[in-house]
Amino acid sequence: MAALPKSDELFSKINYKPPQSGWMDTPAVLREGMFCFAAKPKSVETLSLPYPREWNPRNDDWLLPENWKEIIYEGMKDRLGRFRTFKIFMDICVRCGACADKCHFFIGTGDPKNMPVLRAELIRSVYRNDFTTFGKMLGKLAGARPLTLDVLKEWWYYLFQCTECRRCSVFCPYGIDTAEITIIGRELLNLLGLNIDWIATPAANCYRTGNHMGIQPHAFKDMLDFFVDEIEEVTGVRVEPSFNKKGADILFITPSGDVFGDPGTYTAMGYLMLHHYLKVNYGLDITWSTYASEGGNFGFFTSNETMKRLNAKMYAEAKRLGVKWILGGECGHMWRVINQYMGTMNGPADFLEEPVNPITGTKFENAKSTKMVHIIEFTADLIKHGKLNLDPSRNDHLRVTFHDSCNVARGMGMFDEPRYVIKNVCNNFYEMPRNCIKEQTFCCGSGSGLNASEDMELRLAGGLPRANAVKYVHDKHDVNMLACICAIDRAALPPLMKYWVPEVDVTGTHEMVANALIMPGEKEKTVNLRGEELPGK
Amino acid sequence: MRLNDLLKQKKAAIVKQWFDMVVNTYPLDTSQFLKGQKDPFANPVGNTISQGIEPLFDELINKMDQNTITSFLEPILKIRAVQVMFSPSQAVAFIFSLKEVIRKNLKKETSDNEILNELLLFESKIDEMGLMAFDVFMKCREKIYAIKATDERNRTFKAFERAGLVAESQDAW
Ligand code: SF4
Ligand code: SF4
Repeated sequence: MAALPKSDELFSKINYKPPQSGWMDTPAVLREGMFCFAAKPKSVETLSLPYPREWNPRNDDWLLPENWKEIIYEGMKDRLGRFRTFKIFMDICVRCGACADKCHFFIGTGDPKNMPVLRAELIRSVYRNDFTTFGKMLGKLAGARPLTLDVLKEWWYYLFQCTECRRCSVFCPYGIDTAEITIIGRELLNLLGLNIDWIATPAANCYRTGNHMGIQPHAFKDMLDFFVDEIEEVTGVRVEPSFNKKGADILFITPSGDVFGDPGTYTAMGYLMLHHYLKVNYGLDITWSTYASEGGNFGFFTSNETMKRLNAKMYAEAKRLGVKWILGGECGHMWRVINQYMGTMNGPADFLEEPVNPITGTKFENAKSTKMVHIIEFTADLIKHGKLNLDPSRNDHLRVTFHDSCNVARGMGMFDEPRYVIKNVCNNFYEMPRNCIKEQTFCCGSGSGLNASEDMELRLAGGLPRANAVKYVHDKHDVNMLACICAIDRAALPPLMKYWVPEVDVTGTHEMVANALIMPGEKEKTVNLRGEELPGK
Repeated sequence: MRLNDLLKQKKAAIVKQWFDMVVNTYPLDTSQFLKGQKDPFANPVGNTISQGIEPLFDELINKMDQNTITSFLEPILKIRAVQVMFSPSQAVAFIFSLKEVIRKNLKKETSDNEILNELLLFESKIDEMGLMAFDVFMKCREKIYAIKATDERNRTFKAFERAGLVAESQDAW
């Protein structure tokens, strides 16, 4: 039998002193709750990515291919040549530390390796060792270290503790975007089959059935039919969505989370009501696709090629249906892919028209190249021109604040449109403090595919700065609703709120739009889309 | 109750040193940040600790009201419960580190037997608070497990169930 520890031994452990060694000499310890399950071999195979196998991050042996070091070396070399940003970001960091305390994962977990500068150093140290003369000569003195198994595990652990939110880049005087370093780092890990399942399986599902959930087209339609019934019950109006309609004006694509997961489902009902309203009042013909039934793109969290492959169906479907342009639902990373990559990656989409709102005549100049418009801009434009009949008092029971999702806020500069829409559909709106919103917004803590259950501690810690700001407006203004325009937020924020600020619920913005919208021919409404009684009814 | 008077007198110094001790349970780079950044939104962890420990100290010298204590322990322990770098004992140990701080600050005074006796009694109050902290910590952990277990189900399964696309009760969930 093992001897019981003596009391002073116990005390010395309880009286915990953290390691004071430098980061290179402090090996990473993989802790439960901070990492996700390994990618299932079947999903890796479906995506035609290398080395599918059953492996477990908890085991010492990750069952790597014999020549794994060479694979990483070649992979880095290739990417240093192909991606100029990667090369520059490897070279120019002066370690000024301006980014260090800006990451929600550092702030929430207290783990220094979550400082953006250190996250990047994990890779940069190997880069120096293998690709720079100084590093080769001076080794550790020049901040260089060889790639070992421990280093590889450290990469894996910390690159999947970054949500690629880019908050750090806002504060870097050189504009270094650690998110891009993470993106490349994850690509390198994928060369060894080291993805996480929460990314690989949705991406594989998307490839097979068109959406992350792996839902087949008929179930997709069943779900929307169910929404039609629900809307009729609440409003008395039967909306008639069209599917795969050739010659429609606009193709509508949203993340499948809105169709299959609460509270996104209410936002999806909101889209349906808005589409119907525009059809009846202005004759606008918007169609859904059961083929391009996923706006999100978990390929983006895997590799450039996987992202491109999954994204391709948007233009393919728009072309097949012969629509004029594409309207996209409330999402975050979907817009990063569209706004930043789609035009050059799968474009040019010269078979589409430059998006113009046929009801208001507004030209969406910013979507000139991609031909795809974010629904929040579209709705803001409709409201601005007085085209929607709204009764914001129907949302009077809500005291709302707004979470800027990283990708649309920092990635696209879309700050005013959502606020404009919210202020027109509800009467009580309160901002969180300035250093927690707009370009400085704090991530939900679950982006970039980290939205699993097994890493809940990581998500709750990473979401702390966001939740802390929500708690502030809840305490000060009695805020009870957190609005967003992102499907991952709608999935990630409810558990975050449940833990930190249980009095606050989560909603998509178009759910509030629909609840305020006076539909032609509606009955007297007594409840909202969630079946909750309307104020004063 | 001469000890209480002494503690009240030295409160500012004691609370500050206690704060430093709590914060020093983090790695060096982190503890520097937790001490240095004063904006509560940029540094919710440091701010929560500093907001919480002063009233906790007040309770120790005053009534030891359980509800009040729990309400101040909760925000701190909620954070430590998700910071898995701490084991459960390490997560609550910061309460006990107050003993060390007080002894250091009352080195001279404790040569007086009466004060020493009062201090022993006072330390048992700290122990009591430490046990309460453990209860609070466990509640937080239980909440995390509950969220882990139901998150997925709440999100997707409920929507399917409402739509009648799955059978109503599935034991496997
Ligand atoms: S702010 Fe930029 S230059 Fe400074 S440490 Fe961070 S990444 Fe390096
Ligand atoms: S991109 Fe976001 S999550 Fe990643 S290091 Fe920067 S701040 Fe942290």
